[in-house]
Amino acid sequence: MDNNAIVKTRDLVKTYPMGKTEIRALDRVSLTFQKGEFAGLVGPSGSGKTTLLNIIGSLDVPTEGSAEVLGAFVEQLGHRAAAALRNKHIGFIFQTFNLLPVYTAYENVEFPLLLLGLTSAERRKAVMDALDWVGLSDRAKSKPNQLSGGQSQRVAIARAVVKRPELVLADEPTANLDAENSHHILDTMVSLNENLGTTFIFATHDEKVIAHIRRKIVLVDGRVARDEVTGSRAEGRAS
Amino acid sequence: MIIPRLAVRNMLGAGTKTWLNAIVLSFSFVAILWGQSLFKGFGEETARTMSDAEFGGGQYWVQGYDPLDPFSIQDAHAPVMGPVHALVGSGRATPILIVQGTIYPGGRILPVLLKGIDPGQKILTLPSRVLRAQDSEIPALIGARMARSAGLEKGDTVTARWRDSKGTFDARELVITDIFQTDAQSVDAGQIWIRLDDLRRMAAMPGEATIVVAEKDFGPVESLPGWSFKDLSFLNRDTRELIRMKSFGVSIFYVLLFFLAMLAIFNTQVLSVFRRRKEIGTMMALGLTRGRVIWLFTLEGAMQSVLALLVGAIYGIPFLGWFGKEGWKLPSGQADSFGLSIGNTLYPAYSMGLIVGTAALIFIVTTIISFLPTRQIVKLKPTEALRGRTT
Repeated sequence: MDNNAIVKTRDLVKTYPMGKTEIRALDRVSLTFQKGEFAGLVGPSGSGKTTLLNIIGSLDVPTEGSAEVLGAFVEQLGHRAAAALRNKHIGFIFQTFNLLPVYTAYENVEFPLLLLGLTSAERRKAVMDALDWVGLSDRAKSKPNQLSGGQSQRVAIARAVVKRPELVLADEPTANLDAENSHHILDTMVSLNENLGTTFIFATHDEKVIAHIRRKIVLVDGRVARDEVTGSRAEGRAS
Repeated sequence: MIIPRLAVRNMLGAGTKTWLNAIVLSFSFVAILWGQSLFKGFGEETARTMSDAEFGGGQYWVQGYDPLDPFSIQDAHAPVMGPVHALVGSGRATPILIVQGTIYPGGRILPVLLKGIDPGQKILTLPSRVLRAQDSEIPALIGARMARSAGLEKGDTVTARWRDSKGTFDARELVITDIFQTDAQSVDAGQIWIRLDDLRRMAAMPGEATIVVAEKDFGPVESLPGWSFKDLSFLNRDTRELIRMKSFGVSIFYVLLFFLAMLAIFNTQVLSVFRRRKEIGTMMALGLTRGRVIWLFTLEGAMQSVLALLVGAIYGIPFLGWFGKEGWKLPSGQADSFGLSIGNTLYPAYSMGLIVGTAALIFIVTTIISFLPTRQIVKLKPTEALRGRTT
């Protein structure tokens, strides 16, 4: 993997059993993502976006091929190593926010830091900084059921970036948000990408997101149909 | 320490569900403690009563004596001499002679045990000193149960008939000098206490005894030829067995209560694992391993029992304290129906062992019950869990 590459997939195949047949969710996908990219996997439902994101995030393993993420081959990782990779280096943003329901916004953002073993003071500073980035430092004590959809997703973003990961994977982050909140969220992520140099990879078919990304990878039926640079900062390439 | 912290956070965050479980479980804890302490108090009181009234610190039985075999009593007597006499002379033991007999109160025939006791003895709580006063008649002491069943009152005279050591039947009038109250049925029902010297003379068994009751905390036990020592453990074995049988019956109630509480915990855990799949998936995505998720859920369940102990302590300590003072007052005559030597009020006995043992039992069982449903998590794929699905 070249020095600047953060993710590299080679001939990635993922199949799922469906009754007596198999569904090929990914079909020989080879992609490389560089540090600091703001890239999007675009395509209709069932095109393999989430599957690819899950494999990159070490939440799933490929059926064939390899996925190298931050120097680790996902297909070779055990449960513990995969969990450690996610905890230390990868942040996740989900379509349905996935906030832990009994925790406050502060506690949700603090969760990854607890697993990292940071001191109380370190955690406090990092959490408040993260909530500040997303403009929610005044809602630190609110529980998820007291937050709007937009606020919940911003908490999820704060949770994803609080540990300053090299890579953030966002699966349809704006799908459950209205236009105003979507823009706010996207502005926040662009700002984090520019200020912290965090690599963002989105799975989306939302035009608002597509308008913000610098590199658009179009997936159709599990294959890369198109990989195009749409902005000046994008450095990715289909290999 | 992350997992315990998260477990506390999750448990407190779950609010009402947590408190309901804790309250139900605390009922079990307090009820088990209450029941067990009552039976423990039951046992201790019985043993104390029996020790005070009949067993002393243990008994020497003459060879061949078996209180459960009426045929053994006729021949079960031996002279108190040598080391036995020395023991009695030192005041560390008192002899009792037992002879089978019959009384005829109000024209009825009642089989009884005539028991001869030294009026000056201080080992048993029987008021034997009242037997000293009478010289011309044969004074007799009976318990309230005996008085009731024979229809005898203080000052009454009753004819007693017995067979002496030579096999000759004889009869005399006994004067009921006093009627005593005791919780120990075994020194009361069917028994008449008279002076040891009188009975020895009546039965033609001079200087003899059937048993020798040792003082409390008797020791070291001396081996006496012709006599075998029965310690309190042996003498109380029937009582213990009776209590065990009674407590077993009542235990079914506690087991049922405990089972219901465990079922609540188990169901909560099953429901938690099912309902919190998405949460589990999120935790895994954030870097928690499956093993730690299982540990977290198990600990959450186990902490329910700790919370239950605290909740139980809030109302249990005042309740059990009050109960310890007031006891359980039995309806009149109810105490005898238990078949044990207990008073009309039952008092519980609490011990650190009982409290810690009950708490440990609840904690261990709750932890195991909490762990079982979490094994499903092992099968859970993070990608499916994130979508709220099971695999």
